[in-house]
Amino acid sequence: MPVNVEIPVEKWSGSVRPITLGATAAEGGTRSHTVTIGGETALPFLGFEGKMPHRPQIAVEVRTGNPSEEWPEPLLRAWGAVVGDPAAWAHAAEAASADLILLQLTATDHAGLRMTAAAARKVARSVLGATGLPLIVVGPGQAELDNELLVAVAEECVGERLVLGPCEDKNYRTIVAAALAHGHLVTSKTPMDVNLAKQLIILIRDMGLPLERIVMDPTTGALGYGMEYGYSVMERLRLAALQGDGMTQQPMIVTPGEEAWRTKEARAGEGVPAAWGSWDDRAVNWEVVTAAPLVEAGADVIVLRHPAAIERIKKMIAELMPA
Amino acid sequence: MAISGLDIYKLLPKTNCKECGFPTCLAFAMKLAAKQADLSACPYVSEESKSKLSAASAPPIRLVTIAADGHKIEAGNETVLFRHEKTFYHPTGLLVRIQDSLPAEQVAATAKAVADYKVDYVGISLHLDGLAVEATSGDASKFAAAVAAARQAGSLPLVLISEDPLVMAAGLAKTTGATPLICAATAANWEAMAKLAKEHKAPLVVRADTISGLAELTEKLVAAGVEDLVLDPVARGFNGSLAVLTQVRRLALKKGVRAVGYPTVAFPYLGQSDPCMETILAAQQIAKYAGFVVLSRFGPAEIYPLLVLRQNIFTDPQKPIQVEPGIYPINKPGVDSPVLITTNFSITYFAVANEVESSGQPAWLLVADAEGMSVLTAWAAGKFDADRIAKTVKNTGIADKVSHRKVLIPGHVAVLMGELEEELPGWEIKVGPREAVDLPRYLKTNW
Repeated sequence: MPVNVEIPVEKWSGSVRPITLGATAAEGGTRSHTVTIGGETALPFLGFEGKMPHRPQIAVEVRTGNPSEEWPEPLLRAWGAVVGDPAAWAHAAEAASADLILLQLTATDHAGLRMTAAAARKVARSVLGATGLPLIVVGPGQAELDNELLVAVAEECVGERLVLGPCEDKNYRTIVAAALAHGHLVTSKTPMDVNLAKQLIILIRDMGLPLERIVMDPTTGALGYGMEYGYSVMERLRLAALQGDGMTQQPMIVTPGEEAWRTKEARAGEGVPAAWGSWDDRAVNWEVVTAAPLVEAGADVIVLRHPAAIERIKKMIAELMPA
Repeated sequence: MAISGLDIYKLLPKTNCKECGFPTCLAFAMKLAAKQADLSACPYVSEESKSKLSAASAPPIRLVTIAADGHKIEAGNETVLFRHEKTFYHPTGLLVRIQDSLPAEQVAATAKAVADYKVDYVGISLHLDGLAVEATSGDASKFAAAVAAARQAGSLPLVLISEDPLVMAAGLAKTTGATPLICAATAANWEAMAKLAKEHKAPLVVRADTISGLAELTEKLVAAGVEDLVLDPVARGFNGSLAVLTQVRRLALKKGVRAVGYPTVAFPYLGQSDPCMETILAAQQIAKYAGFVVLSRFGPAEIYPLLVLRQNIFTDPQKPIQVEPGIYPINKPGVDSPVLITTNFSITYFAVANEVESSGQPAWLLVADAEGMSVLTAWAAGKFDADRIAKTVKNTGIADKVSHRKVLIPGHVAVLMGELEEELPGWEIKVGPREAVDLPRYLKTNW
């Protein structure tokens, strides 16, 4: 006898806020196009019950300081000489099919000198000149320096609709004020906790920045180093968003590239068990296997490092998108 | 479907005889509903109630086991769609495919490599679970030889892949003493496959490209007496696999559709021929609902991250992984190297170990038993106080490994300094940064 099973479809009352990054000349910036993220009305990629109007986007990390001492060989080898020049690097990242550039301001510049506001302005300007992609600009993670550099970059790039970050509960006011004053967006970063994520979104909104200009960073853990905590927090945030909780409806940004390349599995080429396999393959797999579950959990911007990881995660997303 | 305590109570004798060990029938019913008691503890329950209760208490996704030589893979019995709702119980079985068209020695070598593979992750030994022998040759005797070789070399549970009942029968004949998974029954061959499954008491994969098609087949097979089933919903690519495995899991858990209340099997190489992409699709299927994943080949650089992913996804969110308290040497430390102390919450440990490791500076990391809590939480709960820190320093015997007497405590517990100086006479207590990320700089400039 033929059996007819009805496919269960969840009816969600909420959706993720669509957010647009970057501004073209017509909109007061210089980007060749803008990028919109968010807008999901169902769980990631489940086309049978809702819409995912914008595919998740790949941001590629470009650093202002030369990473030669910090980054392991497979990563440096993949990029070659461009790591010495942020503009050339951004250009290469665009050629490697990046959707966005994440400019990581480092505490020291190429010469090993402390990064100054003037230097940050200059490098942001040169990266804007080298690529037409929208930009995310992230401070070195030291509150005072973050504020000094990000305020300068915000002013220098007025009207570009950059994403500035990270805003954290201990340090968000100056960055939010700079975003407000110069027409930018911010990331709101909290340590793997649903309530803390909501709380910081509220604090930033209360300063007057519209929710349409806040991207949520729930904090990423590397595969084997706490990835599952971030993964489950993301699933909970996305479920809450779809159930209508307004303060969880921000698109999410994750940083599997940075986290994966801190692990021993990605960094160690010698003196490791044979069961770990070849260094290059294992290291790239560590990055993509960290990234893939986060894509499934609802990431809207995925920040990656290795060109092969960019290519593979991009292909994964293309094939996941509902027809 | 889960049955409530009150529904169970209605089926009990309601005599409060206490012979089950609980004060009342209602209390017993509640324990039954919570799966903390067994119905057999009640000597007076009627046969009719028994059959009703066992039907109602059957898990929404049937537990299916395949086994060989003391190794087994269990799939099914899952109760939630998201791990934070409770936990995922049975880690996805990871198997490697072997084609029977390969030379015999290659079959044996791959089987042995898969069986011998193991890798340590935070003190847990991770390994692959089985072999999937595929009848690519279409030849019954070749298939039988490959199954025999895999069985002999591997001693791991097997999946046998062929839609031809004659070829399958030849392979099954070589699996004596094991419980393999037969793959697969289709609308065309299900009667012959059902016969083989019953004959060998082996679970059977059901293959159909629609959910209704799967349900139709499972109903026929159950009626024919084959109850241990595994679903292969065919949809192979990223989007199709995610959608259909989600739908099957939802139907079983939320709608109580028994006809699809079985674990699933996925073949990522059939969705992605590029091995790099196959790894990513396998990662998706581990996180999103496959009971068994068959990989096309044995490659340590792919298998290690997938095994760690499985370990992470199937960790009970209520019981985070803890690391063993003790001394962890990082970057080959010597007698002059710094001594740091932190708690045994795995993420705390990893954060600290990772920063020190990537800084390249040698150090001794002491891990205190703080019952799996992070530094601040453990301190607030009294599990990372001066007493415990002092005990860790003394009991680990770190004093025998270093020539200095300095120990670095996390910045978050700076208030413990005075007390610690009393508890650890002769030791200098140094206060480090609050966050692990600032450790490399601290070690370089302040130690």
